[in-house]
Amino acid sequence: MEHIRAINDLVVRFANVNGTGSASANNMFAKAIFRMGIPVSPKNIFPSNIQGLPTWYEVRISEKGYLGRREGVDLMVCVNPQSMARDVESVKPGGYFVYDNTKKLHSEFIREDIHYIGIPMTAITMKHYSDPRQRQLFKNVIYVGALSALLDIEMDVLKGLIEGQFQRKQKLIAPNFKALELGESYVKEHFQYPLDIRLERRDNVGDQILIDGNTAVALGAVYGGATVAAWYPITPSTSIVGAFEKYANRLRKDPETGKSRYAIVQAEDELAAMGMVIGATWNGARAFTTTSGPGVSLMSEFLGLAYFAEIPAVLVNVQRGGPSTGMPTRTQQPDLISSAYASHGDTRHVLLFPSTPKECFDFTAQAFDLADRLQTPIILMSDLDLGMNDHVSPPFEWDDGRQYDLGKVLSAEDLENIEQFGRYLDVDGDGIPYRTIPGTHPTKGSFFTRGTSKDEYARYTENGAAYVRNVDRLLKKWETAKKHVPAPELYQQENSNDYGLIFFGTTTYAALEAMEVLGEKGIKLDALRLRAFPFNETVREFIADHKQVFVVEQNRDAQLRSILINELDLYPRQLIPILNYDGQPITADTIEQLILSHYPQEKKHDDIHQTQVPAS
Amino acid sequence: MTYIKPRFRHPELPKNKIGFAKADYEGAISTLCGGCGHDSISAAIVQACYELSIEPHKLAKLSGIGCSSKTPTYFLSNSHGFNAVHGRMPSIATGANMANRDLIYLGVSGDGDSASIGMGQFVHAIRRNVNMVYIVMNNGCYGLTKGQNSATADIGSLSKGGAVNHYPAIDLVGLALELGATFVGRSFSGDKTQLVPLIKAAMSHPGFALLDVVSPCVTFNNKPESTKSYDYVRAHLEATATIDFVPEKEEITVNYPKGKSAHVELHDGSIIHLHKLAPNWNPTDRYSAVNRLLEAKMKGEVLTGLLYIDPNSQDMHELENTIDQPLNTLREKELCPGSEALEKINASFR
Ligand SMILES: Cc1ncc(C[n+]2csc(CCOP(=O)(O)OP(=O)(O)O)c2C)c(N)n1
Ligand code: SF4
Ligand SMILES: [Mg+2]
Repeated sequence: MEHIRAINDLVVRFANVNGTGSASANNMFAKAIFRMGIPVSPKNIFPSNIQGLPTWYEVRISEKGYLGRREGVDLMVCVNPQSMARDVESVKPGGYFVYDNTKKLHSEFIREDIHYIGIPMTAITMKHYSDPRQRQLFKNVIYVGALSALLDIEMDVLKGLIEGQFQRKQKLIAPNFKALELGESYVKEHFQYPLDIRLERRDNVGDQILIDGNTAVALGAVYGGATVAAWYPITPSTSIVGAFEKYANRLRKDPETGKSRYAIVQAEDELAAMGMVIGATWNGARAFTTTSGPGVSLMSEFLGLAYFAEIPAVLVNVQRGGPSTGMPTRTQQPDLISSAYASHGDTRHVLLFPSTPKECFDFTAQAFDLADRLQTPIILMSDLDLGMNDHVSPPFEWDDGRQYDLGKVLSAEDLENIEQFGRYLDVDGDGIPYRTIPGTHPTKGSFFTRGTSKDEYARYTENGAAYVRNVDRLLKKWETAKKHVPAPELYQQENSNDYGLIFFGTTTYAALEAMEVLGEKGIKLDALRLRAFPFNETVREFIADHKQVFVVEQNRDAQLRSILINELDLYPRQLIPILNYDGQPITADTIEQLILSHYPQEKKHDDIHQTQVPAS
Repeated sequence: MTYIKPRFRHPELPKNKIGFAKADYEGAISTLCGGCGHDSISAAIVQACYELSIEPHKLAKLSGIGCSSKTPTYFLSNSHGFNAVHGRMPSIATGANMANRDLIYLGVSGDGDSASIGMGQFVHAIRRNVNMVYIVMNNGCYGLTKGQNSATADIGSLSKGGAVNHYPAIDLVGLALELGATFVGRSFSGDKTQLVPLIKAAMSHPGFALLDVVSPCVTFNNKPESTKSYDYVRAHLEATATIDFVPEKEEITVNYPKGKSAHVELHDGSIIHLHKLAPNWNPTDRYSAVNRLLEAKMKGEVLTGLLYIDPNSQDMHELENTIDQPLNTLREKELCPGSEALEKINASFR
């Protein structure tokens, strides 16, 4: 049998049944490893179902800090008979299969090349707990206890987590401790422990935090000054407004009256949600909505209005998989084109691409400034993987001296001092006009906001020349936007290789790992991470500097590649698509294999010889 | 094109309490067809705002798309306006209202805008009791797209193009009563004496105030047999009561015959006087309003006037417990919890 030996470099997968309380035990497992100073990356793989169907929780543990998904399970904890055949199959040769052996394992699940560790979880709970719900819940804690012995997870860390979790329900601490110990002692009595794959405390996470992107977005909205949230529930965006409510409720109540300094409206649909955002921002508040692909389709009409009438709006699109209802609980990056050009006519929207929770926080707060500054919708492009899974992230920071940039808004005093107010006049030459908020001045500054074409003074017109002036100014504003949006990140001082790599969002984790692995094989690439659309000059230069550029993204149609070709007027062959769209987060291995399959054979060879010689 | 009206101000023009002349509440010259009912409603809005001494910039006018939705250009040019997209004005108004509870919101819509494409938003704005006046200029057809039947068209009626309408008319007033609307009225564009006080009362109501105003389309739906035509409405007009609106602390000068009148006091001290009351009807009793409405429908009458008012109406802000200060005036100091709180939040994720 193959033998795996690994310290702090493994993938552990849990197979559970939806709705059985496994989530909190599985989170405890990941968090304990994080607290042992070892980077972890947990992923929920769940069905669109409330109770009964199989769900998985996969934790990649990597002391090197590789946090993308990796194929191949080193240790599987299977407490779901429904999925057992698949689960046995997914274990790497030499890996471990932990299961409930209260009932004997059927022979069809026996593989010669993996190790089996049977723990009578059901029997133990039957013996020690009487309440049926408790029996179900503690079964989960028992397997965590067993893993603590098998993998060398520090028991004190686990107990500390339980104490933290049940601060307000002290009664539950003792029975949880007991469940941990039951699992631990069973392993200690029956098996050799720890296994050859195991953990060791490190100091590799520093002051980082473990948090999901949706919570980070919610906090960004609280800090960024959002007062109106209008939304319609849709996976995987739903938890954002929940978290916004939780923190706003804690941090945004008027101390004297207890009244709210925010309003949350669960709209009747996404059209209305977007309408409410536009109404609120038109009236000078900061407002946002959250949704996923289907919601963006519905919001398109309003996005066009906000673009054309120049009204700020913040939209968070937590992307999921596929067209139509698609794969609601799977991840992809499939809404690039539909978001960038949402709505009819010549429209285009600013997109932000966060790749960590820290960026979710920063970009959300910044999105409100950008929306006000540019007077246009700003779409934050998150995805299910980033939004719903915990990620190791730098801690969030806030400069207390920071002021909100409310953009070009005229006060009553300003209005007194100007000759004639023209809502759509390009006074500063940057394409961004001045606006007024209703109620500002008794006789000056009122105007009619409309989705029809208008002249510089907001008067309805179908005059062709006036229309052209207006939409050309919008293009000028688009140019201005390039200076305001987050710049791309480069991973080298200078572009020095023939081939480049472009990626964005959650693809980053796997892309960086793939780069390192390829580098070790002598294939060196320059890399650029996009953080926003429109693209600035750095992106154009990066592509121009390379013979060919691999564009990594998680959709079928290579949407980012199309946008790059169109916007930067590129020769299509220059951009090679590297795609993954099965709904699972892309892996480094996939990227590596796909790049290798496109990389010229001699080149591969050449590069190996050239490693000492700097490329020209 | 918008035609800007020349503004000649006679110094002698009467002024209201806050020093504005009626002309200060007017807008650009209308481009609607001559005789269109919508223009009369615009005039009634101007009159009501003038009489109520509303500061024009403290009112926001919003509309959808349609001939009716164009009218905000033709009144209150000192007020901010928002011509939304077709049928979506209620959501814009809801968001605007959430951002600033201190303005008066006047929504204008059409029967196509509200009863078809915008039905969902219309219904939900009522349900949330958004504090606004919502006027439907109801002509039973799509004026702007040249006379197709709308969802409020009479069953059996012919569109301008000759299509027969096989489907029953949606009665927005009945629907609103059913939905729990807190202020429901119907009127006729040709009845300014009734419409002006109704608009004034609606503006003082803290919650969603629906005014369904029959407003004939002279170009596409003014055949005498249409229940939305001038002739029909004039012949079949039946009012719940005649109405006077008396703003807060104003002296009451009219004397009403005893026993035949009712008074509804609003939250701000204003009073709605209703006299010559219809039998078996009480303006604060939803049940009696529904009954009276059905009765009128059976008889082919167009029942107008104030149909129902809930004097205890609580608007969305009260229901949501938002602070009294408009949300759009809050800044970093009130909104941003600061770095210390953030450090604690970070710690909770370690
Ligand atoms: C999404 C969309 N669909 C269709 C239209 C075309 N359209 C403009 S106005 C209108 C009907 C308006 O009818 P109504 O609201 O009754 O207003 P009226 O003109 O009768 O006053 C239609 C269908 C549009 N502007 N937008
Ligand atoms: S078409 Fe009808 S609704 Fe439109 S302006 Fe003319 S009369 Fe009025
Ligand atoms: Mg109509």
